[in-house]
Amino acid sequence: MSGIVRGNVGFNDLKIPGMWSRKIGKDLYEVFIGPQHPGSGHMRIIIRIDGDIIVEAEPDMGYVHRTMEKLSEGRAWIKAIPLFERMAIHDACNVTLPYVRAVEKLLGIEAPLRAKYLRVLLCEINRIAAFLYGFGIFGVFLGHSTMYMWPFGDREVWVELAEWLTGARLTHTYPVFGGVRRDVPEGFTDSLRKAIRYMRRRLEDYRKIFVDNPVIRARLEDVGVIPRNLAIELGITGPNLRASGVRYDVRKNHPYEVYDELDFEIPVFQEGDAYARVHQRVQEILQSLRILEQVADWLDKHPREPVMHERFWKTAPPLYKKIFQETGRVKLGAVMAIMKIPQGKAYERGETARGEISYYVESDGGNKPYRIRIHSASARNALVYKYIVPGHRVMDLPAIYGSIDYFPPEADR
Amino acid sequence: MEPQEVVDLVRRVLGDMVRDVKIWKGNDYIEVEIDASSIREAAARMKEAGFDHVKDVTAVDYMKEGRFRIIYNLSSYNNFDLSYYIVGLAYDIPRDKPETVSLADIYTSAEFQEREVYEGFGIIFKGHPDLKPLLLSPPVAEQKPLRKDFIVREEPEIKVEKKR
Amino acid sequence: MSGESPEGRAYVGNINVSARRARKLLLGDLKLGKLVDWGTAFSLWPVHLTTSCCGCEFAAAWSPRFDNEQHGALPWIGPRQTNMIIIEGTVSKKMACALRLVWEQMPQPKFAIAMGACALDGGIFYNSYNIVRPWQVVPVDVYIPGCPPRPESVARAIIELQRKMRKKQIASKFVEEGWRPDKEYVMPKEDLCSWWRG
Repeated sequence: MSGIVRGNVGFNDLKIPGMWSRKIGKDLYEVFIGPQHPGSGHMRIIIRIDGDIIVEAEPDMGYVHRTMEKLSEGRAWIKAIPLFERMAIHDACNVTLPYVRAVEKLLGIEAPLRAKYLRVLLCEINRIAAFLYGFGIFGVFLGHSTMYMWPFGDREVWVELAEWLTGARLTHTYPVFGGVRRDVPEGFTDSLRKAIRYMRRRLEDYRKIFVDNPVIRARLEDVGVIPRNLAIELGITGPNLRASGVRYDVRKNHPYEVYDELDFEIPVFQEGDAYARVHQRVQEILQSLRILEQVADWLDKHPREPVMHERFWKTAPPLYKKIFQETGRVKLGAVMAIMKIPQGKAYERGETARGEISYYVESDGGNKPYRIRIHSASARNALVYKYIVPGHRVMDLPAIYGSIDYFPPEADR
Repeated sequence: MEPQEVVDLVRRVLGDMVRDVKIWKGNDYIEVEIDASSIREAAARMKEAGFDHVKDVTAVDYMKEGRFRIIYNLSSYNNFDLSYYIVGLAYDIPRDKPETVSLADIYTSAEFQEREVYEGFGIIFKGHPDLKPLLLSPPVAEQKPLRKDFIVREEPEIKVEKKR
Repeated sequence: MSGESPEGRAYVGNINVSARRARKLLLGDLKLGKLVDWGTAFSLWPVHLTTSCCGCEFAAAWSPRFDNEQHGALPWIGPRQTNMIIIEGTVSKKMACALRLVWEQMPQPKFAIAMGACALDGGIFYNSYNIVRPWQVVPVDVYIPGCPPRPESVARAIIELQRKMRKKQIASKFVEEGWRPDKEYVMPKEDLCSWWRG
């Protein structure tokens, strides 16, 4: 990292966005980290350091703010799904599902059972891929390049499965109002079981090289401790919250789709430090694999049936139904684009890989949303930088940043 | 816990501050309308009652009626029964005088989100520890983009400066 | 002392004059421009500035499955040690200033690849009030369409840039002329960075 003290000859007009500092008092320096920094980018943290100790930290977000809330007010309801997907494209199904469910709530419909299972299927595939992505970025932050290479290589297994299921590597736009866009292809569940077996084996390898690595333990243990009370007070969410000892998961506390029929547990750790958050994510992957196994069993037992709600499917032309029976592909009718949603408000939450995402949706009865408010997991976790980072050394900052699994496009929306 | 029980709980906690309670579709979102003047008292009592964090803070611009509605969506981490529900603590402020009080010292989780409402709608939260734009750069935040009279054109806006 | 010494051939003294002479000798008389192009084509260092969500595929492009390092490019940390910038997706108004600052610090010759539909012309966020087009901020050499583009297309863009270097000698022209006359910033820095704090 290049650090330049302002005032050096010749660099007066060059302000490095990477990392530079200036003296703001006796023994107190202000260091600007980002938005160009060695880990995953788009986020700036302004820290004030006394020697090597951070005394104050201020996250400067918004480098990827693309104004989704405002843009959705000018577009048809269904066009907002691909828009919101861009928040976290590697976690696309989890991010858009609560929005779809909120609109379904306003319409007063529910997806058919098979569509619910398919949504859970893609949600869990996305969740595992997103956790692996987080591990990879964490590896980059800690300078552990093997931990970048391995999870990114294994993530391709899950990305490939998602591509087979939906047709796109990342931006699936899979759940739509009333159902999903595609049924599972032939032979999908066999490959899924193979991937589950492979992932279980690989997690053992990760444990050997990363989780139980003495260097990693030395850097992560007792770093970035979020006490239980503070975690609740700050309203942080997801694996970070559960690693601090709070048993809260939207899939259990406010079950959606078929999560209340599936058998899985919510792992909880009490320590609340960066190392516990790593363990938390490993345990969450194991639980997701458990869910996927049950979904695969269910899909094997049940033959193909319509995956769209009756309201949209009964008006579909016979050709569409034939295409669905043959290829499993749902063609959406034009009614989707001009649909008017009844007046009202709905609030819906979902558990993404990084935590809880919530949508406040308000309709005035038109064909466009009146107001949509999104609050994503990373945006809630951003408070950690302000309240947890002070008191740590500068070298602990990448460890905390990586362990929070912060994804800036999701936070900035 | 049934939605009606939560409504009863809220009525018991807030007393006569409650103007109107509405359970929206899905039976898990309860909107509680209160007076703008009693928001701090209401928030403090709700926190005592177990709603320990803010899920999100938002504002809705009703331009025709000349008001902003500010909503604090509260929920609970500690209480399993309450965590199923979201209670939206809502109040109206006039559109031509967008000023209200901050709840950042009661709910720390609302701190950044009030900044977001500030930059989007230009609503000033008095008593906020550090009120400045969160996501937008200051020139863009001055336009108050989330208000309904800021219209996003359907055609792209490309400014091409003359080549030097 | 001035570099125009009567001896004429000694490359000492005024550094600018010496550099000009060395450039004239190497590129003019000895015709080593092709060597510069060939060498630069296989030492591309994209800077680690991730502007938006295409960064997911950017990261995957250097992962074991796609392995773009085989084409002679590897993301690197500091802007002063890099010579290429891959703009991943949307550039918000806040990021545009950072993008320009990073670009200005990179040593020449330097190249830019715009990745994703948003980097072409806004993509799905075409009418957002908080974005700029990347070509308004830096001169772009290669565009990659797609939302997001697959990692293979990142590899394709790098190969395309290398081809462009060899066919059009864009790397050696940088060295010869200092700056390509056809590439100019569209938006002045004051418009991008007036609010910048730091």
